[in-house]
Amino acid sequence: MAAAAPLLSVSDLRVSIAAGGGRWMLVDGVSLQVGAGEVLGLVGESGSGKSLTLRSIVRLVRPPLQVAGEVRWRGVNLLELPESQLNAVRGREIAVIFQEPMTALNPVLTVGEQIRESLYAHSGLDGPAIRKRAIALLDHVGIPAARARIDDYPHQFSGGMRQRAMIAIALAAEPKLLLADEPTTALDVTIQDQILKLILRLKAELGMSVVLVTHDLGVIAQSCDRVAVMYAGRIVEQAPVAMLLREPRHAYTRGLLDSVPLAGHARRPLRPIAGAPPAPSDRPGGCSFAPRCGYATDGCRIASPPLIEVGRDHLSACLHHQRVAAEAARP
Amino acid sequence: MTRAAERPLLEVTGLSKHFAVRRAFLDFAQQRSRAVLRALENVSFEVRRGETLGVVGESGCGKSTLARCLVRLHEPGGGSISFDGHDVLALQGSDRRHYHRRVQMAFQDPYSSLNPRMTVGQALAEAIRFHDLRPPAQTMARVAELLELVGLPATAAERYPREFSGGQRQRIGIARALAVEPDMLIADEIVSALDVSVQAQIINLLLDLQSRLHLTILFIAHDLRVVRHLSHRVAVMYLGSIVEIGETEQLFAKPAHPYTAALLAAAPEMDPARRGTRDAIAGELPSPFEVPSGCAFRTRCNRASDRCAAIRPALVGDDRLVACHHPLA
Repeated sequence: MAAAAPLLSVSDLRVSIAAGGGRWMLVDGVSLQVGAGEVLGLVGESGSGKSLTLRSIVRLVRPPLQVAGEVRWRGVNLLELPESQLNAVRGREIAVIFQEPMTALNPVLTVGEQIRESLYAHSGLDGPAIRKRAIALLDHVGIPAARARIDDYPHQFSGGMRQRAMIAIALAAEPKLLLADEPTTALDVTIQDQILKLILRLKAELGMSVVLVTHDLGVIAQSCDRVAVMYAGRIVEQAPVAMLLREPRHAYTRGLLDSVPLAGHARRPLRPIAGAPPAPSDRPGGCSFAPRCGYATDGCRIASPPLIEVGRDHLSACLHHQRVAAEAARP
Repeated sequence: MTRAAERPLLEVTGLSKHFAVRRAFLDFAQQRSRAVLRALENVSFEVRRGETLGVVGESGCGKSTLARCLVRLHEPGGGSISFDGHDVLALQGSDRRHYHRRVQMAFQDPYSSLNPRMTVGQALAEAIRFHDLRPPAQTMARVAELLELVGLPATAAERYPREFSGGQRQRIGIARALAVEPDMLIADEIVSALDVSVQAQIINLLLDLQSRLHLTILFIAHDLRVVRHLSHRVAVMYLGSIVEIGETEQLFAKPAHPYTAALLAAAPEMDPARRGTRDAIAGELPSPFEVPSGCAFRTRCNRASDRCAAIRPALVGDDRLVACHHPLA
C-alpha cells in the first residue's frame, strides 16, 4: 500500500478567518495522505482544527472562513473544482457523517425518502428498485424491521438509530472515502461500540477509506490504522496507531496519553498538561505547545518546528522527540 | 476502606422517582393514559465516610435524577434517605438548610450555575456569609484560601465567570461547593465536557481535595475510565435501578452482572492489539417510559430466562451486591 499513490492527498491546507485587521489561522498548513482501504484518525482537543480540516476536504467550510492549499482526490484538486463538478464527487465518491445526525437529517422527510434521495442522485436506480435498495441499506446498517421503519421520521429514531440512518444515506452511493466527524461522541458507550464496529465492517465490505475525527484516544486505538495528532491548527505527530500509543514522539501526544487514566493505577495522580490550548488569536510564536510543555527550550520558541520523519512512517514536529521517546516507555 | 463497621454517612433505601408527563390534546382525544417515566425504581445503597462512590450508567439510567433527589432538587416518590442518622426527606427549616450546607452538588456545566453578574469573589463570599461561616472581616481571606485550594490565582476573585475557560470554571464550581465546608460532594458529570488534558487536572484536584478535606464524594459519570480511577466503590445503573455495586477493582476485574460486563466490553480500550469485531451488546436502550417487566436488562441479555421477565431480581450480596437471576461466575 505504501508504494501506491494515495487516494487523497492534502497539502498545506490552511483555513483562516479575518479578525481585527489580521487573519487567524484555524488550520495552519496541514498535509496528510489517505491510502485505499485505510482508516486515518485525526485526534485533538477542542479548537485544534480537526473538524475544520475534515470539512475543508469537501469544501463544507463557508465564508467568512477561507480555505487555501490543495486537496487532491484521485489527481484532481477539489479546492479548485467548479461547484457542479464538486457535487459529482461530494456524496458520491466522498461521503460525510456528523456527530449529531439530527442536524444533518431533514426532519420533515422520512428516513426512507432521504435514502432514496441519495440513491436517486448517486445511483442509476429508480421506481420500486430504489425502495427495495433503501430497505436493504437500512437493514444492512442494522436497523431492525427496516421495512416498517423506513417510513418513520428522524425524530422517531433513537440517537444510535439516527446515526445508522445517516450512515445508510452516506453509503447509498457506495463512496470510496467516508469522512466521519465525531460520529460516536454523542452516543452511549454500548451504542458507540456498535456504530464503530459497523463503520469498520462496512469499510471492509465496500473497500472504502475512512478519515475519523475524534477527541477520544480509545476510539482511535479501536478503529484506526494510522493517526495524526492535531494541536492549535497543526499536525504535530503522525504514525501507525500502535506505534503512536506505545512510543509517542511529540511532547503533546505524550501529555495527552499521560492524561488518560490507566487501568490498575486507580487513585494515583495523573500527569496532566498544565494550562489550556491557546486561542487562535494569541498563539505564541514558535511551537504552539511550548508554553505548556515540560521539554520546551529556547529553540522551541524561535520557530515552529517542521513535521519531519523521526522513524519509519513516523512524523513529529517536536525538537525534543528523542527525549520524549526515551522517556515514554509506558507501563 | 477498613471502616466497614462504622455507620455510613449516607444511606438510601428503596428510593423511587416517577415523572408523569403532561398529556397532549391528542392523547386526551384518544383516551391514552398519562405516560409515566420511571426514572428511579427502588434504589438502595450507602456511601461510607471519606470514600468516593462512583455511579456509572448510560443515558436515562437515572444517575442524574438520583443526584437531584439526594439534594432534594427533586422530591422522591418513595423510599428514604438518611444522612448522618437524620431522615433527610423530613428535614425542615434550619435543619434542612444545615443539610444543604453539608451536602453540596457540582454540575457538568458550572457556567449555568454561576451568576454571570457576580465576580467569582462575590459568589464565594455570598455562600460564606449565607451560612455565617466566618466573621465578615475574614470573608475575603477565606475566598483567597478557597481559590488557592482549587488551584486558581488570587486575581480570579475580581473576575467574572465568562472570563474563564471550561476547566477553570469547573474549578470555580468546585470552590463554590466547598465554600460552605460540606461533608459530602455530589459531582454530576463534572469532567464530561472537558478536554482530556484539562479533565486530568480536575481528576487530580478531586483526589487532592479528598485527602486534604476528608470529603465524601458521590461521583456520577458515564466515562468508565474516569470512574474507575477515582472511585473506591462503583454502582452500575441501568434504566432506573442499581444492577451491581462493589469494590472498584474487583468489579472491573470480575463483573457479575451481564450489563456491567457488556458496559466494560464496550468501552474502547487504549490497546489496539485488543480489538474485538463482535458487538459487546446488541440492541438499544429501551425507553424509560416502557421499562421491561422483571429485570429491565433482559431484552438485551443473552442469559435471560422466563424468570427474568416474571420476577424483578433483588440487589443481594455482602461486599458485592448484584441484581441478577443468572450472574456471571
